[in-house]
Amino acid sequence: MIRLRFPAAIAGVALALLATPAMAQDDDLMSDLDPSSIGADEVEDVAIEGDAPDDEGISVTVTADAWQDLGIAIAAFATNRDQPTPANSQGTQALGLELARVVYSDLRFNGLFRPVGPDALPRPSYAQITDPAWSTWQGRSAEMLVHGYVRANDDGRLTVGCYLYDVALQSELVREGWVVQPSEWRRAAHKCADLVYSRLSGEDPFFDSRIAYIAETGPKDNRVKRLAIMDSDGANHRFITNGQSTALTPRYSPDYAKIAYLSYVDGNPRIYVYDIGSGRQTLVTQSSNPTFAPRWSPDGRYILYSMAVSGNTDIYRVSASGGGTPERLTFSPAIEVGGSYSPDGSQIVFESDQSGSQQCYVMNADGSNARRISFFGGRCATPEWSPRGDQIAFTRIAGDFNIAVMSPQGRNMRVLTDAWHDEAPTWAPNGRIIQFFRTERGSGDTSIWQVDLTGENERRLSTPVGASDPAWGPVLP
Amino acid sequence: MNKRLIIAVTLSSALALSACKKEPPETTPLPPQDTTSTPAPTPAPTSTAPQPGSQQHFSSAMSGADTIYFDTDQSNIDTEDATALRRQAEYLLQYTGARATVEGHADERGTRDYNLALGERRANAAKNYLVSLGVPESRLRTVSYGEERPVATGSNEQAWARNRRAVTVMID
Repeated sequence: MIRLRFPAAIAGVALALLATPAMAQDDDLMSDLDPSSIGADEVEDVAIEGDAPDDEGISVTVTADAWQDLGIAIAAFATNRDQPTPANSQGTQALGLELARVVYSDLRFNGLFRPVGPDALPRPSYAQITDPAWSTWQGRSAEMLVHGYVRANDDGRLTVGCYLYDVALQSELVREGWVVQPSEWRRAAHKCADLVYSRLSGEDPFFDSRIAYIAETGPKDNRVKRLAIMDSDGANHRFITNGQSTALTPRYSPDYAKIAYLSYVDGNPRIYVYDIGSGRQTLVTQSSNPTFAPRWSPDGRYILYSMAVSGNTDIYRVSASGGGTPERLTFSPAIEVGGSYSPDGSQIVFESDQSGSQQCYVMNADGSNARRISFFGGRCATPEWSPRGDQIAFTRIAGDFNIAVMSPQGRNMRVLTDAWHDEAPTWAPNGRIIQFFRTERGSGDTSIWQVDLTGENERRLSTPVGASDPAWGPVLP
Repeated sequence: MNKRLIIAVTLSSALALSACKKEPPETTPLPPQDTTSTPAPTPAPTSTAPQPGSQQHFSSAMSGADTIYFDTDQSNIDTEDATALRRQAEYLLQYTGARATVEGHADERGTRDYNLALGERRANAAKNYLVSLGVPESRLRTVSYGEERPVATGSNEQAWARNRRAVTVMID
């Protein structure tokens, strides 16, 4: 179910996916964690490929209408031995509560299910993690139950286990475990939320991911705009630029190693590729012309950008490794800008005003066969292809600015938001939720919001200051 | 900061002179003392006259003609713009050492990337007109700020009209 795009070793992220039984030979609890349904071969596969084992046994994939109302009890994670770790100085018992709180927040704040969190629930013992006290949970009208544990290992890392139970059937639906560095404990909680969400909805995971965006402060006519990053739930927030020069429109590379964004650091709008590991940045292309609207190809090999030459903006493609010759993809005297690849990398959706106003077009990845797809009145701007490939999100301009989706053929257009100025959709890694930013009329204050594809579940993300230009990365490698 | 202030002041005076529908409506001028609050480079007791070719000199010589305005989504130079650009060209042809940046701007009622492209269009439209009047291209550069640097902060037609602009600024 969890499909990682890169093996963990390549990405250099110290998070290993491991089934729990492999980790704890000398722990008597762990003998309970070794059901026949998870074999040693699958454990091996998990550790190497990053693939989770397929579900076996009872199949519960409820319909979207039904799972939104599913009651899920998420109890504090237990621990075998309470001891302080760099993740929580109070100990693994306190950390277990925090882990469950993160799982609860993920599921609750996204309008998914009707979760009840650990602060309102009894705390299970370590032994109960694999042997739930069914009568307790049945009495609380919980249909689903999430249990978990956290254990400090001798090597300094943490093992986190996550279990989903069907209370009525008194049976385990799915389990998974992860070994993480203490600094990445929240990722284990997000992976647990992803496991629960995926198992119950049948959708791909998305919580274990990050967002790059622009943090905004100051008055409207002297706004300070800084590049910033955060986890999908707003945690681990970090400013990357100091605000001395305006930064705009970041995009994470698919492997999270780099961020392409626009900066006025030399006085002109130019795209830089910022290397997160080294803190260094380079120009996307050596040109005295302004470049903007950076976008990565799904495989990370190319960067699309828009460049204005003598006032005429067209779309170009350049190798992301640097040094290559840029390839021009559009040639009209109109504005062609933006661009977003289909998930297979074969096509690009972009916007152009060659018809007289901003409309959305699709072309092959080499620039051939461009054709307009938006014919529903109003303007079509900032198109973004869903990671699932089945939808294109865009900014619909028809009086107000709103977030809308359509098929890649431009059909079945649906407007999802209703405000004065919503702009710049970006997709959750599973193509089921869209983030965008909202500008308040008058003040110009900005904030990041997200909405699901029904348009019914809309919420504002918590950010330290004003926020715009969100870019949601894929599920972390 | 000072540059911005001067632009705002000259803009206000431009408004008083014009009645074109495309032009921004009348606005309250800034207090005159604001224009003299520009700090001198040295704490000289007496202020010297602005150097020809400097931004301060150009701005006061233009009295508003350093900025031209555009309709929504448009970048064409109309007769009003042409008049202002001719004054700019005369100045640049008189002070042959002067170099200028044409800044292109858009209003907030657009999407960010498109507004950057639109600002490019507007800055280049103004620059090309100056070149057509004989100003050497080598003395002109352009930059687009898209919607990032509004001079009017309201969210209404009047404010947006003031922000859809190309401003010529001397490179001191």
